[in-house]
Amino acid sequence: MSIPSDLRFLDSHEWVRLEGDTATVGISDHAQAELTDIVFVELPELERAADAGDPVAVVESVKAASDIYAPVAGEVIAVNSDLEADPALVNTDPYGNGWLFKLRVKNPEDVAALMDAAAYQSHIG
Amino acid sequence: MTNTTLLSSPLEAAHQKLGAKLVPFAGWNMPVQYSSIMDEHKSVRSSTGIFDISHMGQFIVTGAGAQAWLNTMLTNNIGKLAPGQGQYTLMLNEKGGVIDDLIAYRTGESAYFLVVNASMIDEDLAWLQQHLPADVTLENESPQWAGMAVQGPASADTFAKAFPNETLPPRNGIATTADGSIVCRTGYTGEDGFEFFSPAADGIAVWDKFLAAGAKPCGLGARDTLRLEMGYPLNGSDLSPERTPLEAGLGFFCDLSKPEFIGRETLVSQKADGLTTKLTAIQYTGKGAPPRAHYPVATPDGTTIGELASGALSPTLMTGIGMAYLPIEFAKIGTELQIDIRGRAFPAKVVKKPFHKPQ
Repeated sequence: MSIPSDLRFLDSHEWVRLEGDTATVGISDHAQAELTDIVFVELPELERAADAGDPVAVVESVKAASDIYAPVAGEVIAVNSDLEADPALVNTDPYGNGWLFKLRVKNPEDVAALMDAAAYQSHIG
Repeated sequence: MTNTTLLSSPLEAAHQKLGAKLVPFAGWNMPVQYSSIMDEHKSVRSSTGIFDISHMGQFIVTGAGAQAWLNTMLTNNIGKLAPGQGQYTLMLNEKGGVIDDLIAYRTGESAYFLVVNASMIDEDLAWLQQHLPADVTLENESPQWAGMAVQGPASADTFAKAFPNETLPPRNGIATTADGSIVCRTGYTGEDGFEFFSPAADGIAVWDKFLAAGAKPCGLGARDTLRLEMGYPLNGSDLSPERTPLEAGLGFFCDLSKPEFIGRETLVSQKADGLTTKLTAIQYTGKGAPPRAHYPVATPDGTTIGELASGALSPTLMTGIGMAYLPIEFAKIGTELQIDIRGRAFPAKVVKKPFHKPQ
């Protein structure tokens, strides 16, 4: 199971990549493997403000719908509209073309406080 | 329900070896998927899949009065069965509501084999015992049998490879194998296939034999999408003690010409007065979030008229399908509707069952 070392993670299996004050958010390889068959992704509205822990997106497999949480406070500045036509990108490329949305974060240091790759690895066992 | 109270299938070790994801279902710890619901579903539509159905219940009914009595307990006409034949049928309460749907097979002159839903074994048994006459014997053999449903267009080949000296019974038929197993040419997927019941201790050996003969292991997830594509009801979701089989669209399996069966009066008057509610098949007209049970069903102007009893993304059609009890005026084929999901409306329309016709 791939866990890139440059990312931060939530215990609810979202990953965060911080570049400047922009955080790109997706779900981990472990999460996509557990969900399997992702058939629909509901993305947040652009310019929506979110607090850390707000449910802002939904990833649906054949069997279940899973809420995706904003990892830190910020404003939604981009969504991955490719997922509308091809939600399975989340399965095939969870850290790349399967990204979900980007936030302009309020405090970039909030990201550093999240789990690093080693902590996430021990979280999923 | 805690793990300690979950029942284990005699095939559980085989599922664990295959890396299945096990979940609680009807009081049992059962495989929901092995690899992917989508792949498992497609295997059944294109080749052969195998499902553990050991959780289902098996009752044996024997005695001089067995046929006459079962005809008072079940909606279909059991008198139409010759030995070796089976039929889908329903057991109703006094109000005509569904207690359970089941398959009844005639195995001898006065002997019947009933296969009932796992979640209903105790309730069915209590109801039957409560009405049991002196000349009929009822036995619950559920714990003794391992059950496997082998389904798909290549399932007869799979059977021939696994049991070269045995012959499959014809559609809806039942037969006993030389080693004391029971094979029924029935299923819950719409494909050709059979359900195989072997003594629990032999279960894993038989399971492995079918796997070696080409069957792909499939879980309850695919079982649910397969049955829903056919518009087959699931008791507890699409059937309930508050709904009659006529409302569920199962009138074909209710012989109202029989003089007597529990629930008959309600069905006769419903038929005379006309239905006011019907289990209706609904399909998205475009793409959308997978519809699921309890999502509201609305008219295009947003008026809620019911909720989904079952719903799924159809792996064959790659669009949303579902069934809902709707007022009869909305049950007409082609009626435009919408499914409301988290504040968004996905356009849908009423379609004819089945959603998908197997080749």
